Amino acid sequence: MEKPFAITLDPGSSLANHTGSWRTSRPVYIDRLPPCNKQCPAGEDIQGWLFHAESGDYESAWRHLTRDNPFPAIMGRVCYHSCEGVCNRGQIDAPVGINSVERFLGDEALKLGWKLTPPSSESGKNVLVVGAGPSGMSAAYHLRRLGHSVTVFEAGPMLGGMMRFGIPKYRLPRDVLEAEMQRVVDLGVKVNLNTKVDNILNTMQDGKFDAAFLAVGAHIGKRARIPAGDAAKIVDAISLLRSMEGEEKPMLGRRVVVYGGGNTAIDVARTAKRMGAEPLIVYRRTRDKMPAHDFEMEEAIQEGIMVKWLSTITQAEESSLTIEKMALDDKGFPQPTGEFETIEADSLVLALGQDVDLGLLDGVPGLEVTDGVVKVAPNMMTGHPGIFAGGDMVPAERNVTVGIGHGKQAARHIDAWLRGEEHVPAPQHEVANFEKLNPWYYADAPKTVRPMLDIIRRQSTFDEVQGGLDESTALFEARRCLSCGNCFECDNCYGVCPDNAVIKLGPGKRFEFNYDYCKGCGMCVAECPCGAIKMEAEEI
Amino acid sequence: MLKQTEGSHAVAEAVGLCRPEVICAYPISPQTHIVEGLGEMVKSGEVTDCEFINVESEFAAMSVAIGSSATGARTYTATASQGILFMCEAVYNASGLGLPIVMTVANRAIGAPINIWNDHTDALSQRDSGWIQLFAETNQEALDLHILAFKLAEEVSLPVMVCMDGFILTHAYERVDVPTQEQVDAFLPPYEPRQALDPTDPVSIGAMVGPEAFSEVRYLAHAKQMQALELIPKLAAQFKTIFGRDSGGLTHSYLTDDAETIVVAMGSILGTIKDVVDEMRQAGEKIGVLGISSYRPFPLDNVRAALQNAKRVVVLEKSLAVGIGGVVSTDVRMAMSGLQLEGHTVVAGLGGRAITMKSLHALFAKAIRGELERLTFLDLDWDVVNKQLERERTTRRSGPAAESMLRDVGVVAARIG
Amino acid sequence: MSFQPVHFYQTGTFTVGNRLLEPSERSVQANIQRTNSLNSGHRACQGCGEALGARYAIDAAMNAARGRLIAANATGCLEVFSTPYPETSWQIPWIHSLFGNTAAVATGIAAAIKVKKHKGEMGDVRVVAQGGDGGTTDIGFGCLSGMFERNDDVLYICYDNGGYMNTGVQRSSATPPAARTATTMPVGPEPGNQFGQGKFVPAIAMAHEIPYVATATVADLRDLEYKVTKAMGIRGARYIHILVPCPLGWGAASEDTILLARLAKETGIFPVFEAENGEVTGTLKIRRKQPVEAYLQRQKRYAHLFGKKPAVETIARLQAAADKNIRKYGLLDQEAN
Ligand SMILES: Cc1cc2nc3c(=O)[nH]c(=O)nc-3n(C[C@H](O)[C@H](O)[C@H](O)COP(=O)(O)OP(=O)(O)OC[C@H]3O[C@@H](n4cnc5c(N)ncnc54)[C@H](O)[C@@H]3O)c2cc1C
Ligand SMILES: Cc1ncc(C[n+]2csc(CCOP(=O)(O)OP(=O)(O)O)c2C)c(N)n1
Ligand code: SF4
Ligand code: SF4
Ligand code: SF4
Ligand SMILES: [Mg+2]
Repeated sequence: MEKPFAITLDPGSSLANHTGSWRTSRPVYIDRLPPCNKQCPAGEDIQGWLFHAESGDYESAWRHLTRDNPFPAIMGRVCYHSCEGVCNRGQIDAPVGINSVERFLGDEALKLGWKLTPPSSESGKNVLVVGAGPSGMSAAYHLRRLGHSVTVFEAGPMLGGMMRFGIPKYRLPRDVLEAEMQRVVDLGVKVNLNTKVDNILNTMQDGKFDAAFLAVGAHIGKRARIPAGDAAKIVDAISLLRSMEGEEKPMLGRRVVVYGGGNTAIDVARTAKRMGAEPLIVYRRTRDKMPAHDFEMEEAIQEGIMVKWLSTITQAEESSLTIEKMALDDKGFPQPTGEFETIEADSLVLALGQDVDLGLLDGVPGLEVTDGVVKVAPNMMTGHPGIFAGGDMVPAERNVTVGIGHGKQAARHIDAWLRGEEHVPAPQHEVANFEKLNPWYYADAPKTVRPMLDIIRRQSTFDEVQGGLDESTALFEARRCLSCGNCFECDNCYGVCPDNAVIKLGPGKRFEFNYDYCKGCGMCVAECPCGAIKMEAEEI
Repeated sequence: MLKQTEGSHAVAEAVGLCRPEVICAYPISPQTHIVEGLGEMVKSGEVTDCEFINVESEFAAMSVAIGSSATGARTYTATASQGILFMCEAVYNASGLGLPIVMTVANRAIGAPINIWNDHTDALSQRDSGWIQLFAETNQEALDLHILAFKLAEEVSLPVMVCMDGFILTHAYERVDVPTQEQVDAFLPPYEPRQALDPTDPVSIGAMVGPEAFSEVRYLAHAKQMQALELIPKLAAQFKTIFGRDSGGLTHSYLTDDAETIVVAMGSILGTIKDVVDEMRQAGEKIGVLGISSYRPFPLDNVRAALQNAKRVVVLEKSLAVGIGGVVSTDVRMAMSGLQLEGHTVVAGLGGRAITMKSLHALFAKAIRGELERLTFLDLDWDVVNKQLERERTTRRSGPAAESMLRDVGVVAARIG
Repeated sequence: MSFQPVHFYQTGTFTVGNRLLEPSERSVQANIQRTNSLNSGHRACQGCGEALGARYAIDAAMNAARGRLIAANATGCLEVFSTPYPETSWQIPWIHSLFGNTAAVATGIAAAIKVKKHKGEMGDVRVVAQGGDGGTTDIGFGCLSGMFERNDDVLYICYDNGGYMNTGVQRSSATPPAARTATTMPVGPEPGNQFGQGKFVPAIAMAHEIPYVATATVADLRDLEYKVTKAMGIRGARYIHILVPCPLGWGAASEDTILLARLAKETGIFPVFEAENGEVTGTLKIRRKQPVEAYLQRQKRYAHLFGKKPAVETIARLQAAADKNIRKYGLLDQEAN
């Protein structure tokens, strides 16, 4: 075409005009740390595995998850999921049901027989793990993945620690527990059951171990000084729950009083209920002061468990207990009132917490023990070089997830330590808090509620109370995730740029800025739903 | 084929023979009969493959024409008077974009006072718009010029106005020779645009141009008209070979070779002038006529050549450059610059005022006598004018001049169209 | 039926794309091969809503027309920033003629196409006309109405930024009441643009009973694309009026462009609906209703309402106008009430 001069122009010729020179600040893509990830005691990349689950690629999701935590089916049942408490979605409607998706993935893996990834090479190092609870088994898994030879010494007859001997099976079915434990063993972890370690240094020497990770838990039930008649039947909660795993079920009688306000007290009461008893929980303070999680208390109440609040037991007899009423003082501490009452009781179960049996550490130099627990450095090493510890036996919150997290961290540090190095965790990204998000974009989708076993069966059987999500609900739940701080390829930046200065690289490859044309308006930043772009001042 | 027909209809037939593709129409006297005729021809199927669009204004008419022409369609519209002013912005735009639209202007006065009758003010108001402007002397020439106009427009890629005197030509029944489709097709090939809006070869038409290139763009517009200046006689020659008639061209000289007095004019009045000249020649006066057919581009050289041996030139024009005098005369004077000639401007026939042979006789005689002023208003009623001037001098609120004067001449209500 | 947002799959249809949706359900803008009809290198201000709206709309139209599209453009920011010699940002055949004749130019193009198509010289090429609010609701209104009335086969898109921005932010008949412009300064007894003036051309377009009229904003891309696509599927005169915030004219932060468009819709200040043959057939519901202050306070053109002594009455009048829109167009879902 013979084009008239200046009036008629060739298409798209404005590409010659690099408007990027107008910019005073530039957008850059970043990954922020989602609050859930930051919160997860096991250090899971929740957003990361949800990302795979969102597209229905459950195996990738599971593989991504098990990079940090080998027990999703267990986690999905017993983890207290503090991640959900900080989940940004909670500020829109309700938190993402992270835990239920995790369980779905765990169950899916068990159903389909997915295996954990074996180590690619052997390091030739020998590491001892003492205790096959969640912390010990987590360490075993991570050490093994790092190529070390791992041997677990376990005093008890089975794997799982308190997950087996404490947590009742209506919350954690044993086949699930066993399967996930076995999967770790299948990686080539050697296990010596019924092998109590009495002296750690000897055991290490005998077995030529290069390092040890101790996770012996806290198994000694705390006693309260309750004056008791000879015929009074008093047992501690841990022994009671442990005996539930044996052949001989314990004899508690009809009226069982459980003393304490923690999760253990509730588990005991609910166990007793299932054995036909009429349990009553006696607790010194009020419900809102109770250490047990509210949802557990709620479930217990649904099952017909009674609680006597603001009460202490002052005397135990063969078939009765004397109880003193308490009142909370200004600081919220219970104070005796001098008012007494007598209640009938065939047995009293003490659920007042546990102490650690530190016998195996006798004579180990350099250790520091405070309040009955072993102090560890940030790298999880005790005061004795080469001996690391985690889980309930170290100062921390006592739950499965914390134990698993300790096991993972310890494994990484042990690995570095064995090479004479120091493991420096990658610096944490800035947190993707709610203010960094543009929540407009998330479709309204309330949380999916997991099915619950009907109440009659909950009161009389040890069937699992809480059901799992099916595929469609799990997918729905995963897709409720806002992907805080991490690009999930919603194409918003690509779309909203008035200067077409965002280059879409294709599925899974995210985007790039074309700074030749980006004028630095900041719209991509403002409209990124998940806060994965930020503006940086341009150097002038 | 010879036909006794109305000028407007002859033009409509000519346009129809040019295979127009888009015609935009908006009514205004005295142009209406042309588009009415075309509308019927399109609707009846006499003219095929053509869209006839009844638009809501002249501004829209020219704008639609811009759109269709830019898309490569042969486009036609017609207007007059107020209409051309109403479309003015688009008139400039069409030429600026180099779109070969052909438009008939059925010349008519411009208000206020509103007046439907003939003069050349409307077309001449657009003399700098960048359009080529051709003036027809007769209905035959009007018909022929349209065929020539399409060819010219498309060859140089500029729009062309064919100007014909309103009523005098548009409404006159005369005998015209309407060519055959074969003749027209032989002369006028299908339109091949220089630029077009086409998804297979996209361009942006109508860019914003700043000081860095604007002068060049304008110069190129001028250069194109200069090309047209050379092309117009060639096309006239071509036309003659096919149609056997002299039509178009830049100027028409009549008895100018030995003339001492040459009258210069445009349009249908040339016929009357020639009649007067014939009579005066018989009386021994050396008088001739120069008709300007192409007003834009203005044929400076041809005009100069035609005038250089004369003693005096009388430009008789149906237009007034208020505040200075003539419009056409200014250009004629430019052609004459350096020639020692007496130049006279005669403003005549405004708003349909009849130009009689008697008046012309007297006028030319006066010129020959050397008594003609530089600027003359032919047949002006000095009584009325002086009265009004006096009224205005004495009364501050003298009312609208036109109405007062109408009262003076005794016309009560004028019919307007 | 109006555009139905998908409330599922993480972001549903609220974001530009969504890797979880079927490719066929994704937006035109999400496509790696979108036309970018308005290419990079244009000279619009940072965060210009008009530049964005134009690419959204024309890409969608290009998609619907399978690349066979011609555009006519009115004078105004869009024209000036896209085609200063020697560069054009347009990738499609495009013409700029004048400020007030765009609809007519488009009519001409459509007429030419019709003839050429009939002659077999051209395939089925579609026409859009586009202009700013000034070029549409004021100076171009005559041509627009004529095009509507003749039901010419043109999709006219108005990019409404509420004023003559290109000439330095003067009032147009689409400038909202109380807004400051260079010709409605915040002085005197009624500061800013006067109440009770101006016109809402979508309603006037409906009065022509043309086959399709719709409003849209740059904040609801999917709705916008749906409307452009739908309009492209219809023959005859169609009109889409898109609200495009102008950071410069509104005195807003460049990154707030989409937010402001969203707030205009969520407050009810700008009703988003569609109409067929003169009757409203669908509305885009308000999702999270907001008071008008949320919208006004982010723009300096309303700063005079929030001085030391807030103009409570004026704000109440603006709220009343928004509420009227909500009632009139049924912008709130029954449940959301
Ligand atoms: C009733 C109850 C319910 C609970 N419910 C939950 C819950 O729902 N969610 C949750 O997160 N947490 C729960 N907890 C807490 C949780 O079980 C513990 O925090 C967690 O199991 C601690 O893990 P660990 O690996 O440190 O120790 P453990 O799980 O206690 O495992 C330690 C293992 O070491 C073995 N061992 C001890 N000494 C030696 C030795 N000397 N040699 C060899 N082996 C030895 C033990 O036999 C045991 O198997 C519950 C606790 C109780 C008591
Ligand atoms: C006939 C005419 N009058 C005035 C102008 C000056 N002018 C050019 S663009 C413009 C304002 C455009 O406003 P709008 O149509 O709303 O588009 P915006 O720039 O706001 O996008 C004006 C007044 C002109 N070009 N032509
Ligand atoms: S929305 Fe997703 S990424 Fe954000 S906190 Fe919740 S689970 Fe984590
Ligand atoms: S939206 Fe575009 S121009 Fe604006 S900051 Fe982002 S990349 Fe740059
Ligand atoms: S003045 Fe407004 S409409 Fe014009 S380019 Fe700037 S932001 Fe866009
Ligand atoms: Mg505007």
